[in-house]
Amino acid sequence: MLSSNIDYYKPMTIKEALELFYFLKAKNKRPIYYAGGTEIITLGRLNLVETDALIDIKELKECQLFEFNESYLISGAVISLTDIEEKNLFPLLSIASMGIADRTARNKITLGGNLCGQIFYREAILPFLLCDSQVVVAGYNGVEAFPIEQIFNQNLQLQDGQILIQLLTEKKYINLPYMSIKKRQQWDTGYPLLTIASIKSDNQLRFAFSGLCPFPFRSKQMEVELNNTNSSIEERIQKAIQFIPGEILDDVEGSKEYRLFVLKNTIEEIMNEMEGR
Amino acid sequence: MDQSPSKKLSVSLSINDEIRQVEIRPVDTLLYVLRTKLGLTGAKPGCLNGDCGACSVVMNGTVYKSCIMLAIEAVGQKITTIEGLKDSPIQKAFVENFAFQCGYCTPGFIMNCHSLLLKNPNPTYETLKEWLSSNICRCTCYEEINEAVLSVIENKEKTNE
Repeated sequence: MLSSNIDYYKPMTIKEALELFYFLKAKNKRPIYYAGGTEIITLGRLNLVETDALIDIKELKECQLFEFNESYLISGAVISLTDIEEKNLFPLLSIASMGIADRTARNKITLGGNLCGQIFYREAILPFLLCDSQVVVAGYNGVEAFPIEQIFNQNLQLQDGQILIQLLTEKKYINLPYMSIKKRQQWDTGYPLLTIASIKSDNQLRFAFSGLCPFPFRSKQMEVELNNTNSSIEERIQKAIQFIPGEILDDVEGSKEYRLFVLKNTIEEIMNEMEGR
Repeated sequence: MDQSPSKKLSVSLSINDEIRQVEIRPVDTLLYVLRTKLGLTGAKPGCLNGDCGACSVVMNGTVYKSCIMLAIEAVGQKITTIEGLKDSPIQKAFVENFAFQCGYCTPGFIMNCHSLLLKNPNPTYETLKEWLSSNICRCTCYEEINEAVLSVIENKEKTNE
């Protein structure tokens, strides 16, 4: 259960949010940033979140943006997954987001909440990994943008007090050929077994994965093998899976062996479709 | 639901076109406040985990699961609960189409369908399926629930002809 003595703050600016965070830390409080809050509430109910101050960042206008500027698509951290789907400015992100939770829950789940969550699927990160997006964060040093490759390693590597503000995705990536396939053990609802997203850029396929390991990832070593057209698709996949960057999940959603079986088939399905595009 | 004493705030909530003054703690979920503080027991506690949809309410026209929303987030917003949909077309359609058995999930389904029809008065089958997959009915009345929504759409079309 979340502590009954939680304080709740709703800053209107990034500066105010940061100052609040550092002020509360200095008072030995345990503040956390709150956007959709779905994971904080559900994990809090199980005593898996410890906090005594919620800093609600939904009013930060920089976090609310979902629009193009001259060069980039700006995806703010507090936009809901439903907004992403309905505005459909980034079709691959729309598809990836639609696979998360259910329609009503997605009205509350935010992009930033999904990316910073503890749940290991976090499918909304996949399009950004594929498109080499920039991650905009605010902290002690002001507002800074980092290449996603630099700041995302299994999780977003945010320092204490840093706020995820936006993701910037170059326009050139937005309408590239793409596929995103989500596999569940059965039916169309429930937790996923595996999600694979792919884009084709400069005639090379890029792949990002969720549900295979306890974290989402993109592996350039796997991509090198999968794009080696001197070998058959089957051989390429066999070589690529040697570079899976972590333990393969083995849980109630599917055994390690079953996940590998589904992984191989799904990569093959994507390659057969995407290589012809 | 957590009922331990702690710091409290006095807030106004706009619910079913009424302003209700209520004392809440920042940690209270909207579901807890609706049921325990305001006597609006139509929203049902089911999974309390954002999975089943029995606690669904509509806020500013959009459906939310009130077990994964803090009451303090609802301050300044316009909330509709099942009590606010008395005699609405969707409520009547559920009755006429026998779209329930035990009835526990029914308020959540009705709120979801109400929000769907507000946003999309003539949804495709795929849209309907996507929206309704947010709610779980252990009695498996899914076909009748579909029919209830379709009957509201058909009736609207007839009225417009």
